[in-house]
Amino acid sequence: MTTTNYKTKFGSLQSFEKGGVQVIDDNVKNYAFSNCFDVASKSRPYEKVVFGKNQIYVLEVIRAEGTSPWYTCAHDEFAFSMDGEIDIHLIKLDAAQTVRDAERNGAVLVEGEPRGQKMGWMRIKRGHQAMLPKSTAYQFRAVKPAVLIQQTCMGELSIERWPDICQSV
Amino acid sequence: MSATAETAEVIASAPDAALGYKSFTLRSFQFRRDEYFAHISWLTRDGRPLSHTIDVGAFLRALMRDVAWGFFYGGVNFDHVFGTTNHYKTVDLYAGTYNATMKAAGVDRLENFPTAQIAATFEQILDDWTNEGFDPFAAPQETGSAYGRKNGNNTAKITRARELAVRCVGMKGDLPLRTDARGAPVNRAFSDVPQDEPELHPEPGYEDEVHAFNLFGFLSRSQVTWNPSFTSVVKHSFMCPTTEEHMLPIIHANDRVEWFFQMTDEIHWDCADKNSGKPLARVIMKAGDMAAMPAYCRHQGYSPKRSMLLVWENGSPNLVYEIQKGDSPEIPVVF
Repeated sequence: MTTTNYKTKFGSLQSFEKGGVQVIDDNVKNYAFSNCFDVASKSRPYEKVVFGKNQIYVLEVIRAEGTSPWYTCAHDEFAFSMDGEIDIHLIKLDAAQTVRDAERNGAVLVEGEPRGQKMGWMRIKRGHQAMLPKSTAYQFRAVKPAVLIQQTCMGELSIERWPDICQSV
Repeated sequence: MSATAETAEVIASAPDAALGYKSFTLRSFQFRRDEYFAHISWLTRDGRPLSHTIDVGAFLRALMRDVAWGFFYGGVNFDHVFGTTNHYKTVDLYAGTYNATMKAAGVDRLENFPTAQIAATFEQILDDWTNEGFDPFAAPQETGSAYGRKNGNNTAKITRARELAVRCVGMKGDLPLRTDARGAPVNRAFSDVPQDEPELHPEPGYEDEVHAFNLFGFLSRSQVTWNPSFTSVVKHSFMCPTTEEHMLPIIHANDRVEWFFQMTDEIHWDCADKNSGKPLARVIMKAGDMAAMPAYCRHQGYSPKRSMLLVWENGSPNLVYEIQKGDSPEIPVVF
């Protein structure tokens, strides 16, 4: 009996192949087709580029490179790596620095240096997903450029540039 | 008699003397199977008899999803004729209603049932018609044949619980990680996917909050195909990744916008108008690609190799009504 070898195809910043919409009878823009590696290759470090949006909810592509600002959020968020290694540091924020409105959506920058207890840190690689618990401060650190996908709500740091990232013809 | 008991009554025949399968009735719809096919018959709107035939393997794969998903979001078309629409307390069963030709000819039929009644009937059809050795949740290369005469059951494989994390997979008290010991070995087609878990360095007291897990490793151990399961939750934003191989056994006509993020390998989607079935587009997705499925389309995916797909849903219970009222668009973004 022979064993079939399968090769799982991943993408990366260095090597990715885009598919696309083959239109029969529709407006291609309605599919908002993009590619996370393509988006990250054209982004500045830690720009939160929305590439999926459903009412108040978004998925963002983040080019992780160097050290990010400290963020916090009134609700849970999640981030996973599609390429590269990222360290995530967490601080249990003092109440004074958390988002005051518990209903507020999306991540915000922590004002000044984060104050509170260190919770620890995580190192995630491609395919690993991390929780960014609500009301904590978190910071990303990546020695080499990496690609993060963030599950969150649309917030003041979210950037929409659909014409630049999506297939239009 | 309580209303629930009344509505959950299942009308089944005695097993056929030669083939061994039961037939089932849901008001004007009748269901029977033989060695190769599922046969559905109904009375048209003007009272004429009409019938439809589906390959029984394809029928059982579609029925498996509809049962396991509790009728899912919106329309679940088994093919270009037959399917269900979820109204979350009741379910429409239809033949030809979303087929432009049949609709225009007046030969379609749609009937609405309490969810409990149609669910109980579908569960019994699935159980009676699925033989030992056929797993309708698996890809064709991974399981035996659906064909032939009645030969035992495969109840354990058709009653798997849907896996839904409340906050995040792997957290204390939430959906556990998949392991060999839990009966979830790595699928043959994902044998090259790294299984190492993230490094966690929590300070004392924060062991439960400093949390990460190997999502690709988790998915490589999925025992089923085309079955979106929750891995992380932000309010009503549900990450529902799944592993895909062969064809999506249904043509999904969602009642809201959903998004697909292709995490590995490749899937090709057929998109068509959800009311008429008219072809609209083919969407070719490779690793890293993201696409919306507009709420006006129905879609069916083809995955040559088992691949990892993130299905991203907005599970807000109000969304379907906002779309129906025109308060929420069928198109995710305008640019």
